[in-house]
Amino acid sequence: MRPATLLANKAFGLTITRLCHQLIEDYGDLNGVALIGLQPRGVLLARRLRSELLSIIGKEFLAYGELDITFHRDDFRQRRTLPAPNTTDISFDLDGRRVVLVDDVLFTGRTIRAGLDAMLAFGRPTSVSLLVLIDRRFSRELPIQPDYVGKWVDSIGDQRVTVAWREVEGQDRVLLHTSDAEIGTSVSKGSIADQ
Amino acid sequence: MSPANTNPIALGSESLSVDHLLGIKDLTRADIDLIFRTADGFKEVLGRPIKKVPSLRDITIANLFFESSTRTRVSFELAEKRLSADVVNFSSSGSSVSKGETLIDTVNNILAMKVDMVVMRHPDPGAAMFLARHARARILNAGDGTHEHPTQALLDAYSIREKLGRVKGVKVLIVGDVLHSRVALSNIFCLQKLGSEVMLCGPRTLMPRHIRALGVRFEDDLDKALGWCDVANMLRIQLERQGGDGIASFPSLREYAMLYGLNLSRYRRIGKDVVVMHPGPINRGVEVSSEVADHANSIILDQVENGVAIRMAVLYLLAARIPRTAV
Repeated sequence: MRPATLLANKAFGLTITRLCHQLIEDYGDLNGVALIGLQPRGVLLARRLRSELLSIIGKEFLAYGELDITFHRDDFRQRRTLPAPNTTDISFDLDGRRVVLVDDVLFTGRTIRAGLDAMLAFGRPTSVSLLVLIDRRFSRELPIQPDYVGKWVDSIGDQRVTVAWREVEGQDRVLLHTSDAEIGTSVSKGSIADQ
Repeated sequence: MSPANTNPIALGSESLSVDHLLGIKDLTRADIDLIFRTADGFKEVLGRPIKKVPSLRDITIANLFFESSTRTRVSFELAEKRLSADVVNFSSSGSSVSKGETLIDTVNNILAMKVDMVVMRHPDPGAAMFLARHARARILNAGDGTHEHPTQALLDAYSIREKLGRVKGVKVLIVGDVLHSRVALSNIFCLQKLGSEVMLCGPRTLMPRHIRALGVRFEDDLDKALGWCDVANMLRIQLERQGGDGIASFPSLREYAMLYGLNLSRYRRIGKDVVVMHPGPINRGVEVSSEVADHANSIILDQVENGVAIRMAVLYLLAARIPRTAV
């Protein structure tokens, strides 16, 4: 079955811009804030947010890093194959910083759990919040909730949500893949979560 | 990202083709590439303020050293601890081995205490393979007699890749005691699998008789050989393996140093930036002089540093193949 498009083109760009403004609303000029993208796909969102924030604020006060969680996964030796490690690049101390952790899709919460664990090797941040482009709510396996959400998607287990990026796939869009029979999916526009 | 959300182009899922690391001979080119890419990740971990990851926290590793070793042993132990494995150390002196216990009994007794992996150094060639056949644990060969020393060859090739940006097409010269060297044999296998050219140089009494059958060049004259190569790996003269208490294979250490030692004046005569390597421990003034060992083109300490990342990668990739439910 052909994947359904949940978000594309102009709406996609607007969502990114909204997320940036929400960050500015909460963090001001972003001084002392560290934006950390999770490898492999969260970094694509984090890089986009970083350049958008730079063009809105004009000056860069933001510390930016990319974090790979491969060695912190909780399914090591349970999967038949191994995910290849990606690059981690955090060239600053996290002590005393306010961290915004960025991933593209929040599903079970296990990646974020590993990300929090991996991040602590770089210091003790004052606070950590979570920003995701897509929140597949109702499918969490751990008590982890996002603070900033681009879009909520209610989907069932064997459906997949993927995010394509202009820089890599040539086009910005969010797709919902359904394997077998068509199943109704409701989509609601996100605003600031947890308020 | 959870598996259900994984974009297939973003994650390469791979695994080693072997359950034990007995020698480079058993590895494929893809295995070596995977080890190098994983080591890149661990090298970054070793640069963090907290140099530890939790991957192997439910794995127990026994380090069995039936032969003396400083750097390999420390390197393995650090690698294991930085992966959060539980580690037990064992050396033959002061153990039941000196009371006459056989290797297989010693190892089975240790394995009865639920050990998952064994890192072993042993004076007998083939000891690691023997153990892999008869013991229920994953075996890592940390040097078996004059046979192989696979992690040393991996870290040597990895250090060349780091220094020169490639291994394929690089001309590597191995100088010295090839006959008694497990480092030389593993290096030849590893470098050839990665597409390097290998030349050997040293006294003919220290060359294995049929070494050319492995497809390597041989040169008697060190100055000519140095002119050919991009990298010179100066092997240690293994005084403990020369047989008897005297030196049987060449007249004197002084003569060896004159003919096959790399000192600064000889290094300057090459007229190009040859990368200098040594597997350690160095006999300063014999294989290399102090000026050359501490020269800007010497990567001897990088080799040691990379050893931890390479060993972490090998341990991690082998542990990944141990099913979680198995004994």
